Amino acid sequence: MWNLLQIELFKIFRKPRTYLAFAIIAAFIFLIQLGLLVNGKDWMKFMMGSLDEMMDIEYSKLVNGYAVCFFVLNLLLVHVPILVALVAGDIVSGEASMGTLRLLATKPVSRTQIIMAKYFAIAAYVFALLVWIAVISLVVSLAVFGVNDLVVAKEKYYLQIESADILWRYFSAFGFAFIAMMVVAAISLLLSTLSENSIGPIVATVGIIILCTLISEMEIPIYQKYIKPWLFTTYMLGWKGFFYIGADADNQTIKGSVENFPAILRSIAALLAYIVVLVSASIYFFRKKDILS
Amino acid sequence: MSTIISASNLSKQFKEVTAVNDLSFTVNEGDVYGFLGQNGAGKSTTIRMLLTLVKPTTGAIHIFKKNLYTHRSEILKQVGAVIEKPDLYKYLSAFDNLAIFAKMSGMKPGKRLLLDQLQMVGLEERAFSKVKTFSQGMKQRLGIAVALIHNPSLIVLDEPTNGLDPQGIADMRNLILKLSREMGKTILVSSHLLSEIELIANRMLIIHKGKKMVEGNVAELLDPSKSLIQIDTLNNDEAREKLKHSKWNSFLQIETKGIHLKMNKDEVPQLISDLVTMQVQVLSVNSTHSLEDYFLSLTTQPGHVESFTN
Repeated sequence: MWNLLQIELFKIFRKPRTYLAFAIIAAFIFLIQLGLLVNGKDWMKFMMGSLDEMMDIEYSKLVNGYAVCFFVLNLLLVHVPILVALVAGDIVSGEASMGTLRLLATKPVSRTQIIMAKYFAIAAYVFALLVWIAVISLVVSLAVFGVNDLVVAKEKYYLQIESADILWRYFSAFGFAFIAMMVVAAISLLLSTLSENSIGPIVATVGIIILCTLISEMEIPIYQKYIKPWLFTTYMLGWKGFFYIGADADNQTIKGSVENFPAILRSIAALLAYIVVLVSASIYFFRKKDILS
Repeated sequence: MSTIISASNLSKQFKEVTAVNDLSFTVNEGDVYGFLGQNGAGKSTTIRMLLTLVKPTTGAIHIFKKNLYTHRSEILKQVGAVIEKPDLYKYLSAFDNLAIFAKMSGMKPGKRLLLDQLQMVGLEERAFSKVKTFSQGMKQRLGIAVALIHNPSLIVLDEPTNGLDPQGIADMRNLILKLSREMGKTILVSSHLLSEIELIANRMLIIHKGKKMVEGNVAELLDPSKSLIQIDTLNNDEAREKLKHSKWNSFLQIETKGIHLKMNKDEVPQLISDLVTMQVQVLSVNSTHSLEDYFLSLTTQPGHVESFTN
């Protein structure tokens, strides 16, 4: 299995397309950082709205490395699935359209092993992608904008998290994002096993994400009650929960706490269940597939 | 001589299309086994079933005397294959492609071994060039290198001369003969080019519309003293019945339509004389003895000869 995984990783990281995602992410984050470096205080003033008139806010402290990273993640983690689909959607169907799948399937390894190796290879790619995001959005932002407390908006109020209580939340958020992205990868993998060309699974994955996100966002009772609980997109943004700090009876934030940790665990469980079902389905269909390409 | 491949009653149904229909054949150790048929005859589907790419609807396959589906991994370690055109990773070099498939075959190949293998197929100077820069002939040679890297006992080549120029075809033929004669490999090679099979195979099977037309030794099929005589009469059914009850019965081939006899050509005048005596009204008598004529005679009519050489 380790041998197969090495081969799959070799193939992924020798493809120019793989690095496209890293380049897009770098360009996107640098643009945000540049914008906030120039107009960060004005932007933060706009974000604080009426609060600005009631309080004396030190904007130079609010626009710090943690805040920039939080802003980047809010914007970026919605779009990273597209970059994941770009590689995962191609992983089986790309081989089918290239003709290499038939050679691969005549080797003395089982089809289950092939699918598992491919999924683990995508996991390594997603992990590398998130480490890349973390390095650029967190490390670079902290170096450029400095360290300070993080203020997070939640519905009609703001939460302030001490700078010493933030880093572990980012690690946890990235860990959660990894699981969420692996659901997207599993959808792409399943579609990839069913298709003979690369474009179809990539477009279909993006389409499914858009559709599910739209349904998740619509506040229509029937959707909220019967459909939303079954959509993976309902759980994908659960990483934000790590930044909703718990508070005591006097409304004082409790260091190291999370407001609703069980909700985060439920989201993780739901996402893991999606992964198990989708990867099992991929294995089932791939084992049954007649390779005619 | 032991049996390497034994396929029994293989059938493959794709929705309403029967690609392979009740096909049985055996390939023996050391054979260069020609698998002949027109395009769409079912050759590639059969080969894909032998390589576990396509699952048979019915039937059984034993390779090295083991059930292919229960001993898949064990069997495939000893099989090398080029299926239709040798599609490889175009964005990787020849060396990288070879290394990948060697590892997938369970090997841990050193750089020297890989370069030696590329040298064997004449690609050592392009070892580190990307496959996308290769000609069709070079890709085919690399495909052969991939098929042979793990030193398999059985080599399956599906239309290996497709897209090759005359020199490439000659090189491929020589390589197949070398693998068979000098290295003792068992080779199953499919082609629609009968002239190619005549030159390399010792046994062959002709498949048409998914069904076996004939299986036997190429030398016997091409034996100029043994011709296949095709007779057309006013009433073929009646003529066949009369022949069955005559001394010609042992020469008669089992068919569903038409009359074929395998016999020496110099006995034909006596056959015609006997047919006249039996009051059979003969319209025509034709003899075929080249493999190509024979192939065409079989595939241009719906007849079904079970065994030409038995």
